[in-house]
Amino acid sequence: MRKTIFILLLFTIYFSCSTDEINESEPVSLEPVSPNTNSSTPDPNSNSSSNNSSTPTSFDREAMLIFWADSIIVPAQNKFKNDLLSLSSSISSFSSNKSQVSLDLVREKWFDAYKSWQHIEMFNVGKAEEINYGVRMNVYPVDTDRVESNISNSDSDIENPNDYSAQGFPAIDYLLYGIGSNDSEILDKYTSENSKYLEYLLVVSSKMVELTDTVISDWNSSYRDTFVTSVDNTATSSINKLTNDFIYYYEKGFRANKIGIPAGVFSGSTLLDRVEAYYRRDISKVLAIEAINSVSDFFNGISYNGDSSSEGISFKNYIEFLETTKNDFPLGQLIIDQFESVKISINNLNDDFTIQLQPENKLDMLITYDIIQVAVVLLKVDMLQALNINVDYIDADGD
Amino acid sequence: MLSLEILHNKQSTISKIKTYLKNNTADSAPLAVFRIFFGILMFISIVRFWLNGWIKTLYIDPEFHFTYYGFGWITDFGEYTYILFFICGLSSLMISLGYKYRVSIIIFFLSFTYIELIDKTTYLNHYYFVSSISFLMCFLPLNCYYSLDSYFSKKSYKKANKWTIDSIKLMLCIVYFYAGFAKINSEWLLKAMPLSIWLPSKYDIPLIGQNLMQEQWVHYFMSWGGMFYDLLIPFLLIYKRTRILAFALVVFFHLFTKILFPIGMFPYIMIVASSIFFESKIHQNILNKISDIINYLTSLFSYELIKTVKLISNPIKNKQHSLTIVIIFFIFQILFPLRYSMYPGELFWNEEGYRFSWRVMLIEKRGYSNFKIVDSITKKYFYVQNDDFLTSYQEKQMSFQPDFILQYAHYLGNHFKSQGHENLQVFVDSHVALNGRSSSKFINSEVDLYKQKESFKHKTWIIPFNDEIKGF
Repeated sequence: MRKTIFILLLFTIYFSCSTDEINESEPVSLEPVSPNTNSSTPDPNSNSSSNNSSTPTSFDREAMLIFWADSIIVPAQNKFKNDLLSLSSSISSFSSNKSQVSLDLVREKWFDAYKSWQHIEMFNVGKAEEINYGVRMNVYPVDTDRVESNISNSDSDIENPNDYSAQGFPAIDYLLYGIGSNDSEILDKYTSENSKYLEYLLVVSSKMVELTDTVISDWNSSYRDTFVTSVDNTATSSINKLTNDFIYYYEKGFRANKIGIPAGVFSGSTLLDRVEAYYRRDISKVLAIEAINSVSDFFNGISYNGDSSSEGISFKNYIEFLETTKNDFPLGQLIIDQFESVKISINNLNDDFTIQLQPENKLDMLITYDIIQVAVVLLKVDMLQALNINVDYIDADGD
Repeated sequence: MLSLEILHNKQSTISKIKTYLKNNTADSAPLAVFRIFFGILMFISIVRFWLNGWIKTLYIDPEFHFTYYGFGWITDFGEYTYILFFICGLSSLMISLGYKYRVSIIIFFLSFTYIELIDKTTYLNHYYFVSSISFLMCFLPLNCYYSLDSYFSKKSYKKANKWTIDSIKLMLCIVYFYAGFAKINSEWLLKAMPLSIWLPSKYDIPLIGQNLMQEQWVHYFMSWGGMFYDLLIPFLLIYKRTRILAFALVVFFHLFTKILFPIGMFPYIMIVASSIFFESKIHQNILNKISDIINYLTSLFSYELIKTVKLISNPIKNKQHSLTIVIIFFIFQILFPLRYSMYPGELFWNEEGYRFSWRVMLIEKRGYSNFKIVDSITKKYFYVQNDDFLTSYQEKQMSFQPDFILQYAHYLGNHFKSQGHENLQVFVDSHVALNGRSSSKFINSEVDLYKQKESFKHKTWIIPFNDEIKGF
């Protein structure tokens, strides 16, 4: 009995102590910790919290979000928008002068825009999520039957979800390279009387501009501020959503769509037509390289416009802050090294994945897939454990 | 002489137990209060579950369910699953009112337990607690007092056998004690794991998130505090002198964990259940308050309840087999959580004997399991995209639990076999991280899981845990 009273006393004392502390520290926690709250472009050298050897008790999550927004997402979106507008104007000039030269210009601009698209596809937050931006810009394989039927019906309303696979970059890929077996055949499709191909090319490209405008203007008007202040650890907070987007993109948009599915990893047989930019063919590797670069830069905290010196706070620093080690090796470095291996492995592939996927070359593609896969485990299991962020929020009770 | 004395003592103990079980009586008000609030809480739980859309997302939507070994025949009823929940909710209201109590509690136990058996993805200790306690309640005369049954039969029993009240207390003691016992291990006490991972991630909680939750000493304090709380709270609730403080601790502890973790109705269930420890005076007061409210409401409609119920001073008689079944039930409750000790290897890693043992919020475990379907003759293979078959919740739970992995492997094997694949083998590449350790290989990827059978035996294809955890 005495013992229990003693223990109880201990309990009460401890609890009352801890409540005292709560009250004392109240004013501190109400103040945002971020030193960068007011500056739209954070000073890259200000991330002292991550380089400091004495262990800080809090990580500046808002600074991370500000860096993501102002130094990666928005600049990448602006670059993409410029490239998209160039594409759009090249299509206009093609429509007034349907020559091989202007067709080639359209193709060149399409390729440029496709490359810069690889840097924003993963950011499926805000308006982008709301309007299915990623799906409408780049879901492949393109549904050529749907494209052809839309063209013959002069269907300019491509809002139906069934039209999502008949628009965006893959649809333009088909319209620029797939509608004829050589350039003169393709040009004929545009120049022949009553041709509706040009009309549809304009519909698709202006839809891409429209969707992009919707997303970007939302970022510019209000979403940026909402985004950077949403630092909670909840299903809807920016950090958690973007972390999930990042991993989802690496696993699906990059690993599965670009490499795994065409290589037949999930079906057992090679699916050539699932290669990204299938009709153009020789750029599938370049697009994959762009994608892994954007993934690794985002992880490392390298700003979009920047050289390697303009680093900011990102996952790498967050993990370092949480001091996670894997086999006595820093997890962040382990992930970075794995991304480097992925780059090397993709670089060794053929520019044209449809050639790489021929039976005699396919093994290298499968090896690349396995190298990519290693980082999936590191991101999805180790990194998420360290960050204690859930994969794909599950709405149910815990124990 | 000495042996005779022991014999005598033994006999007196046995006769003491006999008197306790047969003649010791107590006021039946606590039974009535427990029944009323248990019913209400269960009703709220069902309504909440329904309103959250979980009947659909957890039970109807999934193409396939992870069933418990031996209960593979249990499945959802598609859209009709709502009827099952309706029945469960209705019976909980009837329990609360004490109307046709015996039938209601049996229907409640069966429907609730059936729901839990549909898919082990949603296993929670507190659901098991509800199933356990509602089974026990089938054999207790909770409607003997202050119930519609006694109102209609015009017989109300002021007294009941003391063991009927004590059995509910015993059930709670078992839950708390085993929960505390399970925390006596090197991870929880010496490394403050997994709280060291979970608490810092609560940085967004007002007031304490940015400071206390980040402090290492808080992680240790809460680990040790939680262990002592679980182990000692039964005793503190039993002793009269510490009871009020103990109940205050119960309220504080459960509400605090509610703030920290998404644990649904569990805190409220435990708080209400713990009130059974109070003396019957308090319960009688609660019942009087309820009467006041009822009288006030009925007076509004100028309707008077005719009080013809006869208070019977003799204790209510229990059905003949009730006591026997309750004793067997408790022997099971005490032994079943200990079954883990019969398995080799690390419990937290293998999870053999982990469920149904009151191991609450004990480990942080994540995994990634990638299944490979192989033709054993041509050696052709492909990987499975888990989201083709599983909901994200199922995939999450499957990826680190061996019995899920095995069942899923068989499901995949059968699925692809029915699609015409031959000489089929199913392998898994599985990586799991436990309590902040780096991920490591979990399942032997050379073993064809399609050939492995589920059983209570140790699963030899789990790669042993590459570390040591001491404790229970």
